[in-house]
Amino acid sequence: MSTRRAFFSPTFATRFGKGWLFAGFLFLYLPIVSLVAYSFNASSLPSVWTGFTLDWYRKLGSDREMLAGLWLSLEIAFLTACGSVLLGTLAAFSLVKYKRFSGRTLFSGMVNAPLVMPEVIIGLSLLLMLVAVQKSFDAPDLGPVGRWFVDSLLSRGLGTIWLGHMLLCTAYATVVVQARLQDMPASLEEAALDLGAKPFQVFALITLPMISQALAAAWLLTFSLSLDDVVISNFLNGPGSTTMPLVIFSRARLGLNPSVNAMATVIITIVAICVTLGSLWIARAERRRAAEMNAAQRGG
Amino acid sequence: MSVVSKRPAWWRGRTVVIGIPFAWLLVFFLAPFLIVADYSVSEMGAVRPENIYSVSDGVVKLALKYANYVTIVADPEHLYLRAYVSSLKFAAVTTALCLLIGYPFAYFMARARASLQPALLMLVMLPFWTSFLLRVYAWKGLLEDGGWVAQLLLALHVDGLLAATGLISAPGKFMYTPFSLVIGMTYTYLPFMILPLYANLSKLDLRLLEAAADLGATPWQAFWRITVPLSKAGIIAGAMLVFIPSIGEFVTPELLGGPQTLMIGQVLWSEFASSNDWPMASTVAVVLILLIVVPLAIFNKYQAEAQEKRT
Repeated sequence: MSTRRAFFSPTFATRFGKGWLFAGFLFLYLPIVSLVAYSFNASSLPSVWTGFTLDWYRKLGSDREMLAGLWLSLEIAFLTACGSVLLGTLAAFSLVKYKRFSGRTLFSGMVNAPLVMPEVIIGLSLLLMLVAVQKSFDAPDLGPVGRWFVDSLLSRGLGTIWLGHMLLCTAYATVVVQARLQDMPASLEEAALDLGAKPFQVFALITLPMISQALAAAWLLTFSLSLDDVVISNFLNGPGSTTMPLVIFSRARLGLNPSVNAMATVIITIVAICVTLGSLWIARAERRRAAEMNAAQRGG
Repeated sequence: MSVVSKRPAWWRGRTVVIGIPFAWLLVFFLAPFLIVADYSVSEMGAVRPENIYSVSDGVVKLALKYANYVTIVADPEHLYLRAYVSSLKFAAVTTALCLLIGYPFAYFMARARASLQPALLMLVMLPFWTSFLLRVYAWKGLLEDGGWVAQLLLALHVDGLLAATGLISAPGKFMYTPFSLVIGMTYTYLPFMILPLYANLSKLDLRLLEAAADLGATPWQAFWRITVPLSKAGIIAGAMLVFIPSIGEFVTPELLGGPQTLMIGQVLWSEFASSNDWPMASTVAVVLILLIVVPLAIFNKYQAEAQEKRT
């Protein structure tokens, strides 16, 4: 009994706990650190460290394929983040505010499904649909407008990749916004309605400012998800529309490639800065809101 | 404004708010999915896939072709069945490992000083923000001959043990084996296990443990009989968040797996891209969804129960 007590003595448990947390964080961060470290290695092999170099970054600067991919990815990520936050807000609003409407079960099922649906299936199904639509438009007497429609909107490229990313990211945006809307007390909106505000005014003046942090978080999340996606883009891309993750994926498949490490370091730096700034801003807005709520409650 | 005139305004706004995302999902989620289901029961014709219905003499004929489903089960080399089984197997092993590492991790995180906890939580979530693809790729560098982790494992002489259990094919070679795949998947999904567990464990009422200690339970007994049962909802949520996406994984087995680790997502892709057999790819997709539905139903059941308890 006494030995057992000693084994589970508080100091042992604390030390073991600290050790476990340390090892866990080492596991989580070691790969990221190694990515960055190898990008400065003069040798292209991980086994030997032949000295510090910035050569891989210089090569990255003239890497047409990678830079074009990066630009395309940024465009798609920006459009996806804006679109999916918009759609996600509407979907979250529908689910939280309207408890009954016909097809609600189907609706909420479809909203959440892309979260668990394997991405290979999302990609495949969208592609098959695009092909089906394209086929039905493939009449010879299409006219200039129809031709333009088929050529620009249905041919695989930025538009189709955006569509695929939208499908996945809208689901994530909905979850984030929905969580915020659920936490929000309904009393504020009800008070505004009682005071004669129109429903749209209530949304613009009360609801929107209150969920703005959630919208920012959702925007950042969907942006980074889209910037990272391989599988959906792999199905929906076309000639000349290779996104950065696809470039990285095809090079990584062939083996290690220091240019990928250099690109990775750049991305990790940008993401780390954005996430830090974003979360600082969200935390500050959160604190201010809490202070205002407190003041309002004390005043009332 | 009277109540009567207010109603239609609400109603119209409501229709637009619900209608836009609803229509979007019907067109871009449900319709493509039905097309996949349709393809899965058609065959690759000479020119184009033949559909399940055909109109001849003004009569709609239904011609369901289950040939693809039969192929999945009866394929003489068991390519599909083996890929399904190995997907489930690797997903299960990944889930178990995530739980083994993640449970103590979340437990100690929840017991850490309260002022430290937000920072620890942030540190767990940060890798989630950095590219998934790049984090998988990083393991290639770590496990390749001469990589940091490969050297460490060699120095610890773990490779003999791994080779004996069949996790790696030969001592000293870590890449493109079940071992590298499982490491990569555990790594990417670990935060998904830690976060729900932490959310659950940080809410545990510590007075229950004190009561148990007062009644003579050892900390170990209190842990197994109070903490673990009370965190069941967190365990299930975490396990499902790891297990479900692991089944359909594509990027990790492509980059870290080898010939022994063919997963079903890869089979689907190769049917689509290499064999150009879209109906077969669709059939694989439909069966994959059926595989996911069961764990999903369990997950939803427990989520609903947890929600009920909260309210």
